[in-house]
Amino acid sequence: MTHTDPIAYVDYLDLSGDPQLISQACTQCDAQFFDRRNACASCSATSFVDKPVDRTGRISSFTIVSGPQPYVSAIVDCAGVYVPATIINIAPDAEHVRLAMTVKLTTYSAGRDANGREAIGYAFEPMPEQ
Amino acid sequence: MSDPIWIIGSNMTKFGKHPDLDVLDLASSASLAALEDCSMTMANVDVLAVGNLMNAAGSVGQQLQKQIGQTGIPVFNVANACATGATALRVAIMAIQAGQAEVGMAVGVEKLSGMGLLSGPPEAPRGDTWEPRGRLGALGPTEGHVGTDIMPGVFAQIGMEYGHKYGEVSFDLFARISEKNHAHSTLNPLAAYQKQFTLDEIKNDVMIAYPNTRPMCSGNVDGAAAMIVVSNERKQKLPADVQRRAVKIAASVLTSDPYEPGCQVLPDINTLTRNAAKQAYEAAGIGPEDLDLVELHDCFATAELVHYDNLMLCEPGEAVSFFESGAPWRDGALPVNVSGGLQSKGHPIAATGIANIHEIVTHLRDEAGDRQIEGARVGLAHVIGLGSACGVHILERAS
Repeated sequence: MTHTDPIAYVDYLDLSGDPQLISQACTQCDAQFFDRRNACASCSATSFVDKPVDRTGRISSFTIVSGPQPYVSAIVDCAGVYVPATIINIAPDAEHVRLAMTVKLTTYSAGRDANGREAIGYAFEPMPEQ
Repeated sequence: MSDPIWIIGSNMTKFGKHPDLDVLDLASSASLAALEDCSMTMANVDVLAVGNLMNAAGSVGQQLQKQIGQTGIPVFNVANACATGATALRVAIMAIQAGQAEVGMAVGVEKLSGMGLLSGPPEAPRGDTWEPRGRLGALGPTEGHVGTDIMPGVFAQIGMEYGHKYGEVSFDLFARISEKNHAHSTLNPLAAYQKQFTLDEIKNDVMIAYPNTRPMCSGNVDGAAAMIVVSNERKQKLPADVQRRAVKIAASVLTSDPYEPGCQVLPDINTLTRNAAKQAYEAAGIGPEDLDLVELHDCFATAELVHYDNLMLCEPGEAVSFFESGAPWRDGALPVNVSGGLQSKGHPIAATGIANIHEIVTHLRDEAGDRQIEGARVGLAHVIGLGSACGVHILERAS
């Protein structure tokens, strides 16, 4: 990979193919995490495998953080894996964002560094048919 | 069952802006008043536990001793997020339970006025090229990129999650919870804000993080609270007027959060609170139906709702109906946050956990003046700090 390739904004966003989130799944109890691990918080085992997270999920909780550019923060339940995310491509108000709405993974440009290398972040957006 | 431990001295400063008082002024004020409340001095105290989150590495306990009495006793400086004050009290209680002390003092103090929105520690400056950092390998701040970490947003999500699980939550509902606490605050001279708000005023105020508007958030204020606790044996040797005002600690519990799926993504403040409540009811030998009042950790209006359920003040999933029944109003079946709650009192972090207990103590002593819950005999104080830590104390009047 050269430095002109985009870089993921967080480690658990995999840009090698169609973008996806990868969890660290405990090999003993299947608890799933997004951060660098020392051991499992559920069973204390120390081995993990990469596990792709479903690209679609439902909003199990959200808030809309006020400010000059309000943003929607949500927890997305992707088949039992809870993902912290912002919801984009939606009006940031309670008329448009709803609990239990179905959303899908997407990516966005998080800017470029001094070398012109682009960072890619992940977010979720409403399903097209909604 | 082991002998009970008693609260014999208790005090809190007025919460609010105290530009002319520093941390030690506030801590000294509450500590000396708590000692005076039970006719003791520092010479009587065997163990001191002090919480101050903003200066957790500053040995505030020893600094306090240097102002009010260096007697050489062991000092425990504690930090446990918003549960810091309750943790300090828990330490003093454990020292007595362990037979290491007869008289303990717990102090919580914080200077927080003008702090703005609280979230994690600030990031160190970054270079001009991308560099993954931290346990997520993040290239920059996570705020606004990976959801939110600001407290009004996190607790908004916690309240909304309850709605996702059980239905029925709304902006209007959360605003009415805040309306209740602000109405209660008009009777509490120690609250930072004693203003009654109409529902429209609450809903039309500045939105911080939907559905929490500004009056639905606890204010960052200054304050301190202190408490003197004694063993049962020591209590029996105290003057009659001190014994008469003593309040029994029927349960003192501190929990952390057990692993639940998603708990590292959105803090699960429910499981550890429910665990603490269960342990406390069992230790006290009473149930939620026996409570006369509750002070719970309403750092945001959205948090109060979930704790009705977590503390088992209602059946699981019935928090909305519990509120709609009018129960948690001061003239309701089970008054909650008659102090005005953190939304009105303010939330000087490390002081909060002791101040909640002080409010219960005041009612059980029949000393709450205009806001007295008549005939109060049993009360519960709850506090939670993200991370997480939960303190639950159940108190009973002496006779």
